[in-house]
Amino acid sequence: MPAPDILVRAHELTKRFGQFTAVDAISFELRQGEAFGFLGPNGAGKSSTMRMIGCVSPPTGGELSILGMDPVADGPAIRSRLGVVPQEDTLDVELTVRENLLIYGRYFGLPRAVIADRTDRLLDFVQLTERGNDQVEPLSGGMKRRLTIARSLINDPEILLLDEPTTGLDPQARHVVWDRLFRLKQQGVTLILTTHYMDEAEQLCDRLVVMDGGKIAAEGSPRELIDQYSSAEVLELRFHPSEHDQAAEKLRDVPAERMEVLADRVLLYVPDGDAALAAAGDLGLEPLTSLVRRSTLEDVFLRLTGRRLED
Amino acid sequence: MSEQTLRKLPLRILPPALLATRRGALGGKESVHVVERHARAYRHQWVMLVSGFFEPLFYLLSIGVGLGELVGKVQFAGMSVGFTSFVAPALLATSAMNGAVLDSTFNVFFRLKYAKLYDSALATPMRSGDLALGEISWALIRGGLYACAFMVVMLAMGLVHSAWAVLAVPTALLIGFAFASVGMAATTFMKSWQHFEFILLATLPMFLFSATFYPLSVYPRPVQILVDVTPLYQGIAILRGLTLGVVTPGLLWHALYLAVLGVAGLALASRRISRLLLK
Repeated sequence: MPAPDILVRAHELTKRFGQFTAVDAISFELRQGEAFGFLGPNGAGKSSTMRMIGCVSPPTGGELSILGMDPVADGPAIRSRLGVVPQEDTLDVELTVRENLLIYGRYFGLPRAVIADRTDRLLDFVQLTERGNDQVEPLSGGMKRRLTIARSLINDPEILLLDEPTTGLDPQARHVVWDRLFRLKQQGVTLILTTHYMDEAEQLCDRLVVMDGGKIAAEGSPRELIDQYSSAEVLELRFHPSEHDQAAEKLRDVPAERMEVLADRVLLYVPDGDAALAAAGDLGLEPLTSLVRRSTLEDVFLRLTGRRLED
Repeated sequence: MSEQTLRKLPLRILPPALLATRRGALGGKESVHVVERHARAYRHQWVMLVSGFFEPLFYLLSIGVGLGELVGKVQFAGMSVGFTSFVAPALLATSAMNGAVLDSTFNVFFRLKYAKLYDSALATPMRSGDLALGEISWALIRGGLYACAFMVVMLAMGLVHSAWAVLAVPTALLIGFAFASVGMAATTFMKSWQHFEFILLATLPMFLFSATFYPLSVYPRPVQILVDVTPLYQGIAILRGLTLGVVTPGLLWHALYLAVLGVAGLALASRRISRLLLK
């Protein structure tokens, strides 16, 4: 018997397209009220997982239960309690901003009066009240994204699914979207999001899984993952390209938990970045630039997969 | 033959489209929301709606009235019938076909591939069958309005010769249902706009050769049989019988043909949308 506060339970969930395995026997549980993230590069299987949870893609294998129901048998019943923000905007460009919410609400069978009431509230929430009677096409990318978020909330969903919510947005628009999502989280809405931005995952997720090649590489809170898979600090050194390889070789003498040699930089995982920088100087190394920073999820990902997130 | 095989046999005789027995495969009351959406969208471009009234009217004036002056009378079911009266029901059937096909092919293709309308609707409780039924219903509502307008013109011009003509609009809807369903199903197989040439390739000969402008009897027997099995001919035969007052039980077969075609097309369209979008 599943615990009552578990909204989504996946056990060895698998999705294959022909010979290709997009999602490879992953297991996870999502609890009520948490913000849960799938972090991984493009092609990691995040969107396929989201589509299965959204009941628009039948699993090929394993078990999946959403709100205690089976996504294949009870698709419409589950979807009526979900909100979905797809990766690609699917707003209706033949309708105005308000009409987009009206028709989408009607798809859920909601009465017009209820929709009108919620529309006022939601447009206010996503700061689009003045654009209510405008066509959708002239809106900026950030506004369209916010409208899509408002649309996904029209049925007062128990779980909000966000597939790459800020991909393609400029930094300012991203921050506005994050701010709105953070408020939703404060209001107790359960969020599931996919992202290949580690800052997005760190800002929004209480708990996340790192996905790579259709598998879950690690699971935990951002803090736990960093503590477990990375050091407290990271020293980033950049050398002249002609000295890069030689310098990397010499740096092996600096005491570090781990070293990553990238194409353009060398990363040293150490408890104390400044001490390591001094040690490098003692070896006679003269980097072009140096940076001491805290570990991030990017470092966790690099450690787990040997690759960078946004490559 | 074992009992097992026997039990499975009827399933294999039925076309696969009719096997779409999943709940809601033929759509439910939720399909009304698609109609609602289109009605909203067309508020912003009502000119597109009005244009549909004129197409059959222009045909009637040019071919029916203009050509009718030259042709005079046509022999039909042992009666001598004015050419305009003879052609008008066929033009009504053709316009029901064209309207339905236009709505269910070009417009559906755009919504399916470019506007992503069905992707967003399928994230809600809406199902593929609701989308297919909704699109077809919309085509029917639109076609029904045009058919009513056309019937008013026919009445005004004295081209209606029987009270059976009250069934003309429902028949136009049945023709629209058959063609909208098949058109939508066909559209789900299309990969690019070029493929729409095939639609014209199917509808134009039907318009020209389905005994539209002359009785079927002018053809040699093999051609008669060929025309007799094409869908537009069924509609023309019913409408002509109704407006000229030549009503026989045989018309029911034509109606059954169109109904079966419509249901099969709807089931196939629904299945194909699931296949394309719910993968």
